[in-house]
Amino acid sequence: MSILDSKIPEGPLADKWTKHKNTINLVNPANKRNIDVIVVGTGLAGGSAAATLAELGYNVKTFCYQDSPRRAHSIAAQGGINAAKNYQGDGDSSYRLFYDTIKGGDYRSREANVYRLAEVSANIIDQCVAQGVPFAREYGGLLDNRSFGGVLVSRTFYAKGQTGQQLLLGAYSAMNRQINRGKIEAFNRHEMLDLVKVDGKARGIIARNLVTGEIERHSAHAVVLATGGYGNVFFLSTNAMGSNVMAAWRAHRRGAFFANPCYTQIHPTCIPVSGDHQSKLTLMSESLRNDGRIWVPKRKEDAEAIRAGKLKPTQLSEEERDYYLERRYPAFGNLVPRDVASRAAKERCDAGFGVNKTGEAVYLDFASAIQRYGKEKALTSGIHNPSAQQILEFGEKVIENKYGNLFQMYEKIVDENPYKTPMMIYPAVHYTMGGLWVDYNLQTTVPGCYAAGEANFSDHGANRLGASALMQGLADGYFVLPYTIGDYLSHDIRTGKIPTDTPEFDQAEKDVKDRIEKLMSGSGEHSVDYYHKKLGKIMWNKCGMSRNESGLKEAIDEIAALRADFWKNVKVPGTADSMNPELEKAGRVADFLELGELFAKDALDRNESCGGHFREESVEQSGEQKGEALRDDKNFKYVSAWEYKGEPKDAVLHKEDLVFENIELKTRSYK
Amino acid sequence: MNLILKIWRQKDAQSKGKIVEYPISGIEGDMSFLEMLDVLNEELINKGEEPVVFDHDCREGICGACSLQINGEPHGPDRLITTCQLHMRKFNDGDTIFIEPFRAKAFPVVKDLMVDRSAFDRIQHAGGYISVNTSGNTIDANAIPINKENADDAFAAATCIGCGACVAACKNASAMLFTSAKVSQYALLPQGQVEATERVLAMVNQMDEEGFGNCTNTGACEIECPKGISLENIARMNREYLKASLKG
Amino acid sequence: MSGLIKSSIARKVAMALSGLFLVFFLLQHFTINFTSIFSPDTFNELSHFMGTNPVVQFALQPVLIFGVVFHFIMGFILEIKNRNARAVKYAKYSGGANSSWMSRNMILSGLVILAFLGLHFYDFWIPEMVHKYVEFAPEDPSRYYHELSEKFVSPVRTGLYVLSFFFLALHLWHGFASSFQSVGFNNKFSVGATKFAKVFAVVIPLGFIIISLVLHFNH
Repeated sequence: MSILDSKIPEGPLADKWTKHKNTINLVNPANKRNIDVIVVGTGLAGGSAAATLAELGYNVKTFCYQDSPRRAHSIAAQGGINAAKNYQGDGDSSYRLFYDTIKGGDYRSREANVYRLAEVSANIIDQCVAQGVPFAREYGGLLDNRSFGGVLVSRTFYAKGQTGQQLLLGAYSAMNRQINRGKIEAFNRHEMLDLVKVDGKARGIIARNLVTGEIERHSAHAVVLATGGYGNVFFLSTNAMGSNVMAAWRAHRRGAFFANPCYTQIHPTCIPVSGDHQSKLTLMSESLRNDGRIWVPKRKEDAEAIRAGKLKPTQLSEEERDYYLERRYPAFGNLVPRDVASRAAKERCDAGFGVNKTGEAVYLDFASAIQRYGKEKALTSGIHNPSAQQILEFGEKVIENKYGNLFQMYEKIVDENPYKTPMMIYPAVHYTMGGLWVDYNLQTTVPGCYAAGEANFSDHGANRLGASALMQGLADGYFVLPYTIGDYLSHDIRTGKIPTDTPEFDQAEKDVKDRIEKLMSGSGEHSVDYYHKKLGKIMWNKCGMSRNESGLKEAIDEIAALRADFWKNVKVPGTADSMNPELEKAGRVADFLELGELFAKDALDRNESCGGHFREESVEQSGEQKGEALRDDKNFKYVSAWEYKGEPKDAVLHKEDLVFENIELKTRSYK
Repeated sequence: MNLILKIWRQKDAQSKGKIVEYPISGIEGDMSFLEMLDVLNEELINKGEEPVVFDHDCREGICGACSLQINGEPHGPDRLITTCQLHMRKFNDGDTIFIEPFRAKAFPVVKDLMVDRSAFDRIQHAGGYISVNTSGNTIDANAIPINKENADDAFAAATCIGCGACVAACKNASAMLFTSAKVSQYALLPQGQVEATERVLAMVNQMDEEGFGNCTNTGACEIECPKGISLENIARMNREYLKASLKG
Repeated sequence: MSGLIKSSIARKVAMALSGLFLVFFLLQHFTINFTSIFSPDTFNELSHFMGTNPVVQFALQPVLIFGVVFHFIMGFILEIKNRNARAVKYAKYSGGANSSWMSRNMILSGLVILAFLGLHFYDFWIPEMVHKYVEFAPEDPSRYYHELSEKFVSPVRTGLYVLSFFFLALHLWHGFASSFQSVGFNNKFSVGATKFAKVFAVVIPLGFIIISLVLHFNH
């Protein structure tokens, strides 16, 4: 029996959450006033949790490294948010959303958690509209939906290409209301550097004031970590520059198990890398695949000529193009899930068919969509024999209405007009499904330490479906965590304020200061970015879209060596007691250098292909699915939860067996 | 491409700052402006100097962290983009580029090019929300149909990223465009009507207290806004404010 | 008045309303003066009415003076406040890239107009006041045209008047149209209203310039 207790309530799937809510302990409003909660991270999950907890009456302290909660990286989510509202009457239901999410996650997530997510999804939309979030609407004044990520129903709510921004600003406004009431105290430009445990329970954090460099102690009865994902372990990703794993990793070092670190989502539609100077990658919404067709040249000579700048993509005829997704997956075509589309692009580029100067890009072509829409529009405008020029103009107009902001963004970055020549795209690290292990209550293995949103591992299994990240962040923050945390806090009504002048805080602060001191006293050979870029290269080449045993073993050794070199030779200019962005980066990269190794170790352990995790050793050997990912339910139907034991190589694996009572495990087929 | 950078350096809020000149070479047109600064910083670190501090985060034009007054314009010479989306191909070999922090009394410098924009947060605290509990026990989202035109206008106003370019561009360092965007978003939606009076009075009051200048309708904010927030929002806020004042 | 200057928006609206009031006055002033270049008699008649009618003299005139003074004082207050809102100036500021010269230099054009008002009062208003309320000189309904044309003999004065009207045009170019926005008028009629304001900003000062030049050269 595993030491992991997921605390999934008994009873039928559809009743679990309601029953659980009805039976857990509550805290009386008068007592809530005496209880403090720390929320680290103010994105969708942290912001919404902070607002709701404050509204319930707890005293909340929020922490974020940005200068304002409004800048959390949730803001960059473009596409939309799923909710089983069935407004379109196309047969959607909580069960269908649950089913799609489990299947999309390649059967590596918990049934009960996912069902709860699907169940509360509808409330999110009601809540956000009440808060004044301006979702897209139809002419009748009702909310509009679109279909997203290849699912069979239209359940995605959106606000143009800025859904994440609008939802985050909604949560931020809810926070503002509580700040104005004095129920939230916001510590912006603060970074959590350690979790403080007293008698085995999370009772506070050590944070650094990024403006003054001061090390501060903050106590609370519970600590919520909503600090996002760790995609930046790859250096290049679509995450924000500051996104990091520090808070989660510090909690891990204090006893929180880290689950499924190797589950990474590599998003297929990003703008390709243009050179060594590149600092981050830009995602373009998946919705582009609804109308764009993905291709590379059929002949290698053509691909080479394009790379050398001697041939233009528009000069190639239809017969000379390989629409490889349509060829390989006739049923889903360009709308296959993200992991499948990404791997297929890598396969073509590795085979020598890539198109930009680096050879790592494929085309996303709107020419046929422009023609199709152009003809349609001409007809509805009463023109029966439109000229080619008219069709083009109409078609471009339609495309502009749908994707104008994305096309403009592409043109600014690449300096090519995507209406006239196909876009170039390449996969990039986008989201990490892994994270701190949590039980049904979102509590980590450290009592009193909770994790929400991308920072936990809970709902997406091995692959996340489009428009589900926003749903999970808000579900956790608005509707799950504020209630489940009450069950834990109900035991703290007599505890009184947690003092910060205790040996535990002394020790934690000393650890933090020693670590900073050590970072500041490297020999000064290489900058922090030097190490970060090196780590990124190892991760991308050996733990990226496709992984194998020997590569992963090399990665483990290389990362360990790089980490040793980092601690000896890193160069951090400036001082520790003032604003010092290099020091901030150094602390974050130090943690990535540990996480990276655990990531590789986890990928090595999981000798199966599931979702975003593709092991070259585990592919279908024959039949229609030959060469496709092969999942191994017999041996790997578990969550890997790693316990910290010093060096990452010593981490101990605990398995939480996944039980599927309501859903039949199937091979994901998109043929 | 080779460039001369004239960058504002200031140790902290208390110290006096000055413009320091840095020549830089090997800049490619495909680099973003911030990547060009990354190159400079890497050089400075390797020389043992302190790198230039500037705010940045998402580097895709949505978080609103990056700022910079570049050659006298917020977010540089290009339109409808933030500094992180400005590419070096917009400059020529041999150019001299002035890089300064967003300047306003309400935006004190933290260090070098980084400023404190918490005044914006405080304006939002004063009333930038609808007082509804986050319990989820509200009416069904489709129970209130909203005219598409108003919904679209509310959305357009809501796309403000709070970067502060409007303040930086305005000769009076006025925050009217920022404040009006939030007031407008809620003024255009039925959900926002209940608290409309208190909201506009509280937010304008806070805006004034922060020490921003007055609006003199030069329109610079609208031109420089990376999200193209319209001046119509300011007119709408003026109306809302007058209405609210008359109500008392 | 303290209520009127409490918030930035109230100040802005007050500035716009006083400006709009002055625009109306300007139109009225122009209409009367314009008669001088084709019908001295009409001009005399109108001037006599304005100069002797008690409503104009004792109700409208103080309001006008209040409006002028208010607009100027508020202009100065705003200018000082706005300068203070940016304590450290930019080393390089490209205002021309995003706003018109007129909009950024209202204080300058305003100061030129203020200086002009000094000259204008010295030329007409003070002698008029002295004539009527100090010396109690007998009223001659036909004296106005003569007094007017006398002033435009001097090429220097005529030149100063022309220059001032030019600055008045610059001031109106931004100020008139912008007052609509200040009072919250920004809708589908705004394009038309702005066009009208810009035409007004050119035509009225140009008309004053023509009047000055005609009077100067007719002499």
